[in-house]
Parts: sequence; C-alpha cells; structure tokens
Amino acid sequence: MGRKKDKEIIGELTSKKYPYGFVSDFDSDTIGKGLNEDVVRLVSRKKNEPKWMLERRLEALEILRKMTPPKWANLKFQNINLQDIIYYSAPKKKASLASLDEADPELIKTFNKLGISLEEQKRLAGVAVDVVIDSVSVSTSFKDKLADLGIIFCSMSEAIQKHPNLIRKYLGTVVPAKDNYFAALNSAVFSDGSFCFIPEGVRCPMELSTYFRINEAGTGQFERTLIVAEPGSFVSYLEGCTAPQRDENQLHAAIVELVALDSSEIKYSTVQNWYPGDKNGKGGVYNFVTKRGIAHSKAKISWTQVETGSSITWKYPSCILKGNDSVGEFFSIAVTNNFQQADTGTKMIHMGERTKSTIISKGISAGKSNSSYRGLVKINRRAKNSRNFSQCDSLLMGNLCGAHTFPYIDVKNSSSVVEHEATTSKIGEDQLFYCNQRGLGNDEAIAIIVNGYCKDILQKLPMEFAVEAKKLLELTLEDSVG
Amino acid sequence: MLKIENLQCSINANPVLKGLNLSVKPGEVHAIMGPNGSGKSTLASVIAGNDNYDVDGGDINFDNQSILEISPEERARMGIFMSFQYPVEIPGVSVSNFIKTAVTAMRKFRGEKPLSSSDLLKAMKENMDLLKMDSGFLSRSMNEGFSGGEKKRNEIFQLAMLNPRLSILDETDSGLDIDALKIVANGVNRLRSAENSFIIITHYQRLLDYISPDHVHILSDGKIVSSGSAELALKLEKEGYDEITK
Ligand SMILES: Nc1ncnc2c1ncn2[C@@H]1O[C@H](COP(=O)(O)OP(=O)(O)O)[C@@H](O)[C@H]1O
Ligand SMILES: [Mg+2]
Repeated sequence: MGRKKDKEIIGELTSKKYPYGFVSDFDSDTIGKGLNEDVVRLVSRKKNEPKWMLERRLEALEILRKMTPPKWANLKFQNINLQDIIYYSAPKKKASLASLDEADPELIKTFNKLGISLEEQKRLAGVAVDVVIDSVSVSTSFKDKLADLGIIFCSMSEAIQKHPNLIRKYLGTVVPAKDNYFAALNSAVFSDGSFCFIPEGVRCPMELSTYFRINEAGTGQFERTLIVAEPGSFVSYLEGCTAPQRDENQLHAAIVELVALDSSEIKYSTVQNWYPGDKNGKGGVYNFVTKRGIAHSKAKISWTQVETGSSITWKYPSCILKGNDSVGEFFSIAVTNNFQQADTGTKMIHMGERTKSTIISKGISAGKSNSSYRGLVKINRRAKNSRNFSQCDSLLMGNLCGAHTFPYIDVKNSSSVVEHEATTSKIGEDQLFYCNQRGLGNDEAIAIIVNGYCKDILQKLPMEFAVEAKKLLELTLEDSVG
Repeated sequence: MLKIENLQCSINANPVLKGLNLSVKPGEVHAIMGPNGSGKSTLASVIAGNDNYDVDGGDINFDNQSILEISPEERARMGIFMSFQYPVEIPGVSVSNFIKTAVTAMRKFRGEKPLSSSDLLKAMKENMDLLKMDSGFLSRSMNEGFSGGEKKRNEIFQLAMLNPRLSILDETDSGLDIDALKIVANGVNRLRSAENSFIIITHYQRLLDYISPDHVHILSDGKIVSSGSAELALKLEKEGYDEITK
C-alpha cells in the first residue's frame, strides 16, 4: 500500500475520537504544572494501566530525581524546568475551523509548496473533515491484512492493555530509564506512542507509518515507540511527516527502541519537521530523543533521518551490534537555518564478531544556525574482524553559521578496521552564479545544489518519502541567501 | 542586440575595464582577443551579471534596454549565455538533471510547458551526437572529475540545449586538443543563425580557423584598442600583442 492510501486512512482515524488513554471529560486544569509521584500515578490511572506499568513509571521517577540535566558544549538553551510542565492533560481539541480560508495563510502557503492535497491541508490545519465512507473499508482491509500476518501495529496504550506480555518483555530493554535524563523523564511520564511487532519470518508488506499514529494521539510530547522484529522478519517504518508540526509544547523527549532478533531487519526512516522557531529564534520545539536499536545475530538495523525542524535537536540514533555478523547503518541529513541548533549523530557499539557499521552524515547549516555531528564508534575486544565506515560532510551557506564534527573512536581489538572521512564545503558564490547563469533563481539553485549534496541519503528513503523530503529541504532553505 | 557603452568595471576596488565600447548585431560573430589579465573574463562576467564586479560607469544594453539592474538569472532567461572559462562543479547533480532544470526554468519564463522527458532526452541525444559525447555523460555529476576538455564540451552542450540568442564563449578553446576544438567549433557553427550572435573570447587565433568571425577586437588593459575583420586575428598571431597594442 502506498502513502496515498495511508493518507486516506488518516482521515478516518483522525475523525474518530481517540479511544484509548486520555478521556475528554477530564478537565486539564484540575492538574497543575509539576512533576511528582501523584502526577505519575494519575497518568497511569487515567490510562487504566496495570500495576506493573505504574511501578515501572515510579521507578523511573525515582531515577530521574537522582539525575541532573545534561550539559552540552554545543547547544545553548535555557534550563528546562520540569516543574513548569503539565504532564497530564486531555488532548485539547483544536478549535475547529469552518474552512481553509480561516487558517494561517503562511501555513497554507507552506502546504501548497509541499504539494499537500486540499483534503490533507484541511486536516492538518484543523478544519473539520467529513468522514469519507470509503476510507473505512480501506482502513479495515489494511488492519485485516496486517492481522492476517500476525503483525501488531497499535498505540502503546493499547499494547499495554492487549499485549502486556510482549511489552513487559521488551519495553525498556534497549533504552532503560537510567540511560539518560530525558530517558528517565520519558519512562516516568510517557504519554503514548506506537508498538509494532513482526512475527518470525514475516516480511511486512507495507511501510508502517507513525504519521497517522501521531495524529491519532494528538501531541506526542513524551512519545514512546517500540518495534520488535522476530527472527527472519522485515519491517520498514516511517516516522513523522513533512508537513510542519506546530506544538505549544516546547520540550519533546521521545524514546524509540528497536529489537531486531536473529536475521531480521528493521529499517527506520524519520522526517522530522517540528516548528523551528521564527526567524529570530523565538519559540520552536526542543527535541531531545533517545533512539536505539539492538541487533542480534545477522540482524540489520538501519536508521535514516531527515532533520529539518526543531529549534534544538539532540538525538543520536544508535545501534548495539550484539550478535555476530550484525549490521548497523546510520544515514542522516540535518538542516539548520536561522537560529536552529542541532547536535546529532550516532553511536555504533560493536559487540559481536564480524559486525559492520556504516555512518553517512550530511549537515547543512544556513543563517546563524549551528550544527554538530557527534558520533561514537566503539569496537569491543570480543568484536573481532569488525568494520566501520564513517563519512561526515558539512555544507555551509553564508558566513554566520557553523558546523562541527566530533567523531569518537574506540577500538579495542586489532583485527577491526575503522575508516573516517570528513569534509566541509561551502555553497560558493561561484556555484550560485553558475546556476543563475543557466536561468535558475537563488532558491532553485540552492535546491539543486543541496539535493545533489544529499543524494546518497535521499536514495535510502522509501520512494515517496524521498520526494516529500526533497521538497522539504528546498523549503527549509528558501530565502537563505539574499 | 547588445550595445556596450563606455563600460567601466572594477573588482575589489581594482579597475579592470576602463571605458569599453562594443556593439553586436543579430547573427554576428565577434572575437575578442587579448593578453592575460586584459579583462576578457571580466567583460563576459559583467555581461552575464556576476555581482562580484562593480560597474562604475557606462551601460550595457540588450534588446534596447539597460540590463545593469537585471539579475543574472533574468539575463540568462532573456537569452544571454556564458560558457565559463572555469566551469563549476556541482557534486551529486547529474548533467541530465541540471540541464533539465535549466531548460525547464527557461521555458517557464517564456510561458512554455516543461518538455516531456522523452522530448528532452531526444534533444539531449541529438546535441550529444553533434558534440560527439557518449551517453554516459548524462549521469555523471556536473563537472565533477571532468577533464578540461569534458568541461568545455559540457558548456557547449548546455549552450546547444538552451539555444540562447547571445552566447559568450570564454576561452572555450583552451584545454581542447585539435579534434575536440573542431568538434566544438562545428557545434557552434551549427548554432549560428541570422538571429543568434556570438562573442568568442580567445587567447589564440586557432579557434578562429574553424569559426570565422565577422569582427575581431583586441582588448588591452580594459579597453578595445583595435577592431577589424578576421585578418586582424591573423596579423595579431604573426606580430604578437605587443606590436598591436603599442
Ligand atoms: N578577485 C580579484 N581581485 C582583484 N583583482 C582581480 C580579481 N579577479 C581578477 N582580477 C584582475 O582583473 C584583471 C582582469 O582579469 P580577467 O578579466 O580574468 O582577465 P582575462 O580573462 O583577460 O585574463 C586582472 O588584472 C586580474 O588580476
Ligand atoms: Mg579569462
């Protein structure tokens, strides 16, 4: 099933009331700002969670209490006050607009540039959408098809209710609460997210997209995702969407855990386009994400990301290559413009023998933005004959932005090979003039230059996602040279 | 078509062109010759609208209007093409994609629909045959790892695809062996017409053996010091710049 059909389904899903967890009769004012045990208990109770889940949340809270927020050299932001955040509120129903004419014209302009259909625009802008009768059957057949194969794809809340054994077995095994400050926070208060389970030997026949999961759940301030691929299975998973996501919640701290059992493969693609703040750097989402996968014997995990949004991005999708002959890949495009800051990269932890990892990171900085690549390649003593190849390229536009590369390499045996390449280039005036001379305006020129620079990675994305991502890159960098 | 009057330009406050006059009519081929550093590339760049150069005085008219305030992309869309002395690399952008984007931009300006992929490919194939380029060229990334000769051929290939009214060839002949030179000259000759004009900037006379110019100008220290027919180029070749610019 292509994305077109997925999109049809969205209409149906979002027009339904969200059936799990949050209930709309609960007045969000009854619980104020702040984080404490009562709040965690309340979150769990409202979601009707079993006792074991509550206990896990409380444990995480205990861990969080003993931690202090991390400090990073290359990100500048005001301290986040956890007591100033509301941890429980019923998803606010956005005031419904009668038609697109009432929506923010800037937003509509952006939608048009991204080629988002009118129906879709209405939904994203919060215009009441009629239920399309036809899409009910589409959705049903989609769910039936997955169910026939034994694939589970549902919200985390639903999974906790319906598949407690799987959740108990896998949740928190890849990213434990104690992993880092934001992981502890998420583990204590996570709101919702997605769960996906692919049984042994099954190739998931379609791209699974969180696109509709997120929208179904309302804002995902503390999202939690778990994907389990049983031996010999395959799944390609898409997170996010190219449409700009506005959110009044400034702090986003998500966790994504991937478990790739023997000889399975998980391909995880992200397009992240949170609101980056305005031209002066005001507003914008802080995106602190912990993403990690564990690859068992002969398994493969592949992270592909296109990061264009957020005012601050902090994320390092990582692979623990635990089993022999397992493979980890990280392909990333991170664009920063205006006052955006991005600190992203990956960690490849080689534990098994003959494990292989590839890292290709492309940073693009424009305006006064700053982007850093921070990567760790660690090859343990036991991980004999392992290999890593890393390539980190930075592209600068103008003289006010910055790009930094911090590769950390730690190899504990002599039979392994690590290669690292890094380049920094600038979109030169001569390149722009050359394109201008062939009739291309500055925006078109930048688009073609940037797409050329990112080509290797765009090719890794599922086809239709790649087309959207390309447009998104162009849009993000529009007007970035004057 | 093109009328340059008393043009004075500088780069980094360094005067380069010091009162240059040139007039090109439709269908004419003008050769501009001159020693290194005399301002040939500057002239080409300023006509094309490169804003690294400051225009300190004079005017450039194209189709009877001053183009000094017009952006380089608009000048290109009006039909001004420059074959670069040093073509720029654009990594990851294939020749075919680049040309497609350029052709589409030009057509859009003229209010024409984009060419279908098959029509575009057909046009590319024809011009590649004309320039004796093999089809593998199309998928290579723009000028990346190209030999000097390949870069120049790629420039003429774009010229052929865009079919401009005024083409400025900045030392297209340098870096070409004699066979390549003939091929490029042959390509240019095929594009000559009653409407299309050429300014051929060259350091040597040999390209003019294959593209015969209507007028030859000698540029020295930012000024045209001598103009004449094709014979002037031969004389220059024999006597050297020093003699003529004296
Ligand atoms: N970036 C620059 N800064 C200062 N002077 C320059 C610069 N570029 C070119 N020039 C000077 O301008 C003059 C003309 O250069 P150019 O037009 O390239 O000459 P030509 O193409 O005839 O060899 C030369 O004297 C050169 O030194
Ligand atoms: Mg020159």
